[in-house]
Amino acid sequence: MASDYEAIYADDRWSPVFGKLSWDVIPYYEPLVLMSFIGVVIGGGALFGWVTYKKLWGYLWTEWFTSIDHKKIGIMYIILGLVMLMRGFADAIMMRVQQSLTSSGFDGYLDAHHYDQIFTAHGMIMIFFVAMPFVTGLMNYVMPLQIGARDVAFPFLNNFSLWMTIGGAMLVNVSLFIGEFGQTGWLAYPPLSGINFSPSVGVDYYIWALQIAGIGTTLSGINLLVTIVKMRAPGMTFMKMPVFTWTTLATNVLIVASFPVLTVVLALLSLDRFLDMHFFTNDLGGNAMMYINLIWIWGHPEVYILILPVFGVFTEVVATHCRKQIFGYDSMVYAIVVITILSYIVWLHHFFTMGSGASVNAFFGITTMIISIPTGAKIFNWLFTMYKGRITYELPMMWTIAFIITFVIGGMTGVLLAVPPADFVLHNSLFLVAHFHNVIIGGVVFGVFAGITFWFPKAFGYRLDPYWGKVSFWFWVIGFYLAFMPLYALGLMGVTRRLSQFPDTTLSTYFHVATVGALFIAVGIAAFVLQMVLSYLKRDELRDDSGDPWGGDGRTLEWSTSSPPPKYNFAFTPQVHKFDTWWDMKQRGYVRPVDGFNPIHMPKNTGAGFVLAMLCTVMGFGLIWQIWWLAACAFFAAVVGAIIHTFNYDREYYIPVEEIEAVEARRSEQLAKGNPA
Amino acid sequence: MSAHADIEQHVEGAPHASFREYMIGFWLSVVLTVIPFWLVLGDVLESANLTIFIIIFFAIMQMIVHMIYFLHLNTKSEAGWILISLAFTLMLVVIAISGSVWIMWHLDQNMMPLMIEAARALP
Amino acid sequence: MNSVNPTADQVDETPVFYLKEEPHHAPGTLLGFWIYLMSDCLIFAALFATRAVVGSNYMGSPLPKDVFNIELILVSTFCLLFSSITYGFAVLQMQQNKVNGTLMWLAITGLLGAAFIGIELYEFNHLIHAGASPQSSASWSSFYALVGTHGLHVSFGLLWMVVLMVQVKMYALTVANMRRLFCLSMFWHFLDLVWLGVFSLVYLTGVLL
Repeated sequence: MASDYEAIYADDRWSPVFGKLSWDVIPYYEPLVLMSFIGVVIGGGALFGWVTYKKLWGYLWTEWFTSIDHKKIGIMYIILGLVMLMRGFADAIMMRVQQSLTSSGFDGYLDAHHYDQIFTAHGMIMIFFVAMPFVTGLMNYVMPLQIGARDVAFPFLNNFSLWMTIGGAMLVNVSLFIGEFGQTGWLAYPPLSGINFSPSVGVDYYIWALQIAGIGTTLSGINLLVTIVKMRAPGMTFMKMPVFTWTTLATNVLIVASFPVLTVVLALLSLDRFLDMHFFTNDLGGNAMMYINLIWIWGHPEVYILILPVFGVFTEVVATHCRKQIFGYDSMVYAIVVITILSYIVWLHHFFTMGSGASVNAFFGITTMIISIPTGAKIFNWLFTMYKGRITYELPMMWTIAFIITFVIGGMTGVLLAVPPADFVLHNSLFLVAHFHNVIIGGVVFGVFAGITFWFPKAFGYRLDPYWGKVSFWFWVIGFYLAFMPLYALGLMGVTRRLSQFPDTTLSTYFHVATVGALFIAVGIAAFVLQMVLSYLKRDELRDDSGDPWGGDGRTLEWSTSSPPPKYNFAFTPQVHKFDTWWDMKQRGYVRPVDGFNPIHMPKNTGAGFVLAMLCTVMGFGLIWQIWWLAACAFFAAVVGAIIHTFNYDREYYIPVEEIEAVEARRSEQLAKGNPA
Repeated sequence: MSAHADIEQHVEGAPHASFREYMIGFWLSVVLTVIPFWLVLGDVLESANLTIFIIIFFAIMQMIVHMIYFLHLNTKSEAGWILISLAFTLMLVVIAISGSVWIMWHLDQNMMPLMIEAARALP
Repeated sequence: MNSVNPTADQVDETPVFYLKEEPHHAPGTLLGFWIYLMSDCLIFAALFATRAVVGSNYMGSPLPKDVFNIELILVSTFCLLFSSITYGFAVLQMQQNKVNGTLMWLAITGLLGAAFIGIELYEFNHLIHAGASPQSSASWSSFYALVGTHGLHVSFGLLWMVVLMVQVKMYALTVANMRRLFCLSMFWHFLDLVWLGVFSLVYLTGVLL
């Protein structure tokens, strides 16, 4: 079979017009892929057909795709994350089922060639196209509202970043039906990912999807960072910012300071592959270990990019649902800053076993253990906030409690792995897999669900149905423990990661329990989708008229706006006096102004971001398939398009006073409905 | 958004450039460039290591000259954010380069030493 | 801060929680561009790190001292240094709102930058013919990646310079155009700064080792 794959992608198959494309690269002979393709065509076709039938394309284009409104962009990021979660999770179920079968002595249904693509795609999709869009979406939506701003510093760039991320996701999805994906694991280590051992387009899909999405992410990092520095409402000094805004600041510093390294590493890998250079090759002086070194210099800050925003989410949730100011605000801030700086001196713990020796390993082992301390401080602060608070067990609070328990377990196994001698036994075992899923699911996923549930009423004007939310919660939490606790045991017993078969039948029970866990999570995801649908259908019952839906306990500025907020966010820029600004306003007799509005200066929508990003995606496709004319034309068009865009100086407009008066009058009515005088 | 031209209009937050500063920066840079090139082209010093040390030292000095006189770096631009972001970035640059060299050198050491030298000289 | 309403809390009165007039927010473009340059700094850091690690792996390919033309690098270094000062003169003209003066010094800067790139391309061609191509060894791959990335940045800067010159010609020195000129100024000086590292650590050090 392997030689067939190689033949499809051999050099002599290249043609000037089609590059390496040929009918053979469509994997119609893989039944699972074929079925997925049919499913996508039917489902996608139905969706497209319905949108066309309802004549919604114009609405989608003018109100969403070309929007530079941070709120809409945030929502679109989260939708992207949810869609890609389906694909990433489908990969997970496939792997669990395969391992269950083979551990019981049966032949699996996936050959190694296919299985390897699945675990590569699973990891890459979950990190880059699920977790990152989720946290970016939350930061985009919430942070400008929390600082009293009307939008981010560079609204057009924000839209462009979104579409670049979507472009990368599109390439990954196209790889399922045209060609194949990499079989290298989510970080694509050379020499396996070099041209000699991965001659097909799989690694190229990986590289270009990440380069395109990476540009979007880096620009977004600059954007949100400058927003926080320059656009806070008057009176909001740094030490009066909400903790979620602090974590957004730290996360975007990490993004700006780490993604360039990823860009370089992937570029060097593609130079090795395309132009026969020798950065990471086995011959002529290349050093594959340098790839691993560089990519983890990026990779470790990356995991903090994923977790810091959710630390911020939990802080907001805990303070609101315990109806108490967060305990130890100053130490929370110091912990965030310390984590940001320390995250740059731990990266070698990802490759203790590569052989740098005792002194290097000892240094990084110690720094890794030190970095757990500020996180521990934060956990204590959350617990001390809960102590003697008046806790309401709303769904976000439930997610938070599950997080605290689960993340601490995952963190402890991390400190265990930080001991180099222990890591020599456990590196690349299922113990490691269990550890990082423990912290990512227990941390990032639970945090994203908490954040979505917490801010959904703000974004859409109605709360989510609590019953199905709780169903989703319990199935996720129980499912997680069933799915991953057995993996700790399996790892300790020596089972290696990324194996399509481990036919030791004495271990099969563990694998089966893990599969049951994955099925529980599947139910949890289904319940979440059902929750979304049912909540929409029951939205009038669940309506939030006050803008402060969690019992009026909101503490930060986003809760001072209507649900959803008007496109200008605030009719008047807030004047901030204290931390927990909205709480302070409510305590001290804030009266909402209903007249005296001024015209508000806002940026205009634009299709340029979409067009430029799609051109970059086409260029990526051309590079992957070595269709040089297509890549060159798309690149040239993108450059020309960008230049033309810079000639457009007319990018802003004023919202007239009449419009603001109408919007605010509607809000006054809405507030009166919620609080009859 | 077109503003009418005023004499000496300034972009808000932009540093103010002056001819004197550019001249000082330029001549300092010329000196700091010519000397390293002269040391190498003229084969002036016996010790390669000393030459390299001087080259690197002068490069760092010239970078500082460029930052002060061409980029007009000061502690006040953008409420100090320019300087703090520069300091943070430089710290990361040092960590990334020195950390990589330290790690990779140790990795090389733990491979059979004979093979490294022989490998380097291979055609 | 807020000149219209007092910010101090008065004892018996509700504090003011909003501004009646829109506050003036300074645009974040210059800071944003500086942060982008910091990210670019890290790109070069990773390339320098790679050079440091594999830079001595010649594997039989030509050594720097045999193929580098240091005199030529001195010329190109001065081209770039002069171009930094001519850009400075363009900024001085801009500050006095002189469109033609600005355009003239920008054009001279562009020519010097183009000369730099021309010399670099000539040098690459010579190196390749001497057997030091990007494919010859890891050391030369790292050379081309580092120097080439710098050259690509300079080329992009030249393109940007041309576009800006057209925009200044068409729309004069508006606030937006001046902001763009300051950003390009930061970019251009930054590239000269990176070149300091390149000629010191790659060329001069290279021929000594």
